[in-house]
Amino acid sequence: MRARSGITDYDSFVPSQALSRAAIADALGWIKPSIRGMARGARRYADWDEDVLTMSVGACRRIVAAAHEAPGQLCLASTTAPFLDRQNAGVIATALDLPETTRTFEFSGSQRAALSALISLSESTQSALLVSSDKRPTRSGSPLEMLAGDAAAAVYLDNRDVIAEIILTRSIQADFVDHYRTVGSRGDYTLEDRWFRDEGLLRIVPEVVKPLLADAGSGPSDISHFILAVPDPSMIRAVGKSLGIDAKNISDNLFGDCGHAGAAHPLLMLADVLDRARPGERILLCAFGQGCDAVLLRTTDRIWQKSERIPLADTLQRGRTHDNYMRLLVARDKLDMDWGMRAERDNRTAHSVAYTKSRDVYALVGGKCLTCGTPQFPKARRCVNPQCGALDTQTDYRFADLKAAVKTFTEDWLAFTRTPPLIYGNVSFNGGGNIFLEMTGFGPGEVEIGTPVRPEFRIKDIDKQRGFHRYFWKAAPYAGASGV
Amino acid sequence: MQGLPVSRGIRDRAAIIGMGCTRFGERWDATPEDLVNEAFEEAMADAGIAKEDIDAAWFGVFYEEQNTGKSAYPLSQYLRLANIPVTRVENLCATGTEALRGAVYAVAAGACDTALAMGCEKLKDTGFAGLPERTKGTFEDLYQPNFTPPGAFAQLGAAYAAKHGIGMGDLKKAMAHICWKSHENGFGNEKAHLRKKLTVEQILDAPMVAYPLGVLDCCGVSDGAACAIVTRPEIARSLGRDSFVTVKSIQLSPSNGAEMGHGSWDGAYTLTTRTAAARAYAEAGISDPARDIGLTEVHDCFSITELVLMEDLGLSGEGRAPADVLDGRYDSGGDIPCQTDGGLKCFGHPIGASGLRMNYELYLQLLGRAGDRQLAGPEFGLAHNLGGIPNRNVSAISILGMNS
Repeated sequence: MRARSGITDYDSFVPSQALSRAAIADALGWIKPSIRGMARGARRYADWDEDVLTMSVGACRRIVAAAHEAPGQLCLASTTAPFLDRQNAGVIATALDLPETTRTFEFSGSQRAALSALISLSESTQSALLVSSDKRPTRSGSPLEMLAGDAAAAVYLDNRDVIAEIILTRSIQADFVDHYRTVGSRGDYTLEDRWFRDEGLLRIVPEVVKPLLADAGSGPSDISHFILAVPDPSMIRAVGKSLGIDAKNISDNLFGDCGHAGAAHPLLMLADVLDRARPGERILLCAFGQGCDAVLLRTTDRIWQKSERIPLADTLQRGRTHDNYMRLLVARDKLDMDWGMRAERDNRTAHSVAYTKSRDVYALVGGKCLTCGTPQFPKARRCVNPQCGALDTQTDYRFADLKAAVKTFTEDWLAFTRTPPLIYGNVSFNGGGNIFLEMTGFGPGEVEIGTPVRPEFRIKDIDKQRGFHRYFWKAAPYAGASGV
Repeated sequence: MQGLPVSRGIRDRAAIIGMGCTRFGERWDATPEDLVNEAFEEAMADAGIAKEDIDAAWFGVFYEEQNTGKSAYPLSQYLRLANIPVTRVENLCATGTEALRGAVYAVAAGACDTALAMGCEKLKDTGFAGLPERTKGTFEDLYQPNFTPPGAFAQLGAAYAAKHGIGMGDLKKAMAHICWKSHENGFGNEKAHLRKKLTVEQILDAPMVAYPLGVLDCCGVSDGAACAIVTRPEIARSLGRDSFVTVKSIQLSPSNGAEMGHGSWDGAYTLTTRTAAARAYAEAGISDPARDIGLTEVHDCFSITELVLMEDLGLSGEGRAPADVLDGRYDSGGDIPCQTDGGLKCFGHPIGASGLRMNYELYLQLLGRAGDRQLAGPEFGLAHNLGGIPNRNVSAISILGMNS
């Protein structure tokens, strides 16, 4: 039997859109003066074409590309996955082009879903990719609108090349309701802070942590990083203090540049900690939600191995911060906007075609001609090279992880999009291949011929009539591109 | 095929003895039935034949769902044809020329004596400006951008500027001249949709639709119908005509995906126009188009399209079109006048009819019937009709001249 697994890689995805909290307070402070007290920094939010699944793919893609082998399992932890009955994890697995034999499943129902999954998966002998992602609905003027941010974070669990060993885990369950959300409700129903802090966090977290540390032969002074993924930084400090953890070892909860990412937040905070951790450090990772899950980790020498991972702190420095509250409402489809007749187009999906072409569309797999070597999308029976045209000579060729450059583009103010102008054009991929793509993450005047881009998994179209939406890849700026 | 005689092409094997074209524009009170009959009556009076002399017809309609509905029978019904063969054709914005090609090929092949080509579009019944949204097919809907025509054609602008090292400001001036010229030409045309002169400044200052195209870089969206009656040259002579218009060439070139999916296209020209033009000039026996073509009607759906087409048709050298445009080479008093009737820009663009409308202008000019805008004795006229968008399209070129 293989040894218990640890974390071998990790990454995160944070949407580029960032709304300054002062802008929220300016828009709504006249109704809710209390939110002015939280009007610091900026919260990240998923744009209209981003959701739990697109952010998950963003968090996982580098991990999968760097892994020695495809994970045996893919688990999504989220409370806001878009489909209630259509496996969300399956969409992620398809977009990541994982093998059909991958065991896919989901954890949900609580803010601690990701750590519940982590604990379960750590007991499995099969490698696993665990991704957590949340895009919480937040009602206008609610404290959560100020505190929340959207994000995804992922860890790869395996038993070799471990960068953070899982020493011990412990859980407790309690049907303690500090907030809840039911099917169809437009946001969380949240009870008062003192109930959450005093009867929830300060009573339940120690009930898990103290025996965990005792079993591990550790004390609070051995903890280099204490992670408690709750929205309010002052509550984390209070819990840390009650446990006897040194204040300097209490991890920042990323309120300033991100906001609390729901079920994704424990692994998001962990990513931030692992970016800066040194070998041999102990990390106490806790998530609260109808009980508490706690995981004690110890970093290994491999924590300093080279990776193309961009540190989360760097990503958080590069948000597209603005102060237009209306953009958040539009991204959330909460504004009764007159989009004009072009928005009436019927986006019915032919599911038989979507299934047959799922690797093309969801995994961005095209073809490469074995006769002339031309990469092309979509893969076709006959090679697109006008000098070739050979029949049935193409092998699978994935474009999703390739860098590319803008060949032609326009900013289209006529086409319907929720973030005008719609920018699109012909994109040339490094190594060959051209795809006509929508672009995302750019504003007017930011695209030029030659602008470096790479594909990003995004919502392509929304079919409101049938409550469905479909995904594809759009050309997005990548680190190194100007203005990103 | 080895050993067999090579096709002679269609040069001079079909004559056009009658054409009709409705007034284009916002024909709120007209139905497709009205437009078809209006164009048909003009063409029949011109041809001097009886309806029973028509053996077959080709009917071009693009947005059938906003228009006549599918199939051939709308034409048969509107004209109460005697159950003769009617073929409904659709080839994007090249639909009108496609209808003409069907009729000309049938006559040239000897399959029939006299054929009708009719194109009709009723765009103003959609309830909004611009072209209707449509799906692109079950697979392509999953990945193709939600482009609009101006956005797709606008891409020529930045690519052309980058390729030829021309500043966008200078390119925009040439584009504005193109629009200015068409408004000058359309002003005097009673059948044109947009009959208003504009200054270059007004065009340059228009609100941006899709960078670098402003709203006045875009053609009119119109209702209209146009038609041609095609017959064998012997029949034209038997009707007492010594001098009549013949078709020198019709060529069609659809994209095969190379522009969109292969790196060999740079985005700054229309590939299919170049292949169609080479074949058309060969079929028509034209060795030097810049010398021999007396006028053109090209697919100026947007100003930038007309600009690159001047090079694609071999009328301007590579990278020379902006200078030639600004020199007035394509103005009505220039060497090779373009859009003497106002073009798509001002005559308007009822899609299924446009290709036939272009040929209508060539026909009038060749016969000396163009009135105030009559040119001095052009030998050949060229119509270029483009469907689709720069990275995937259908180019149709027809060349008309007089019988020899």
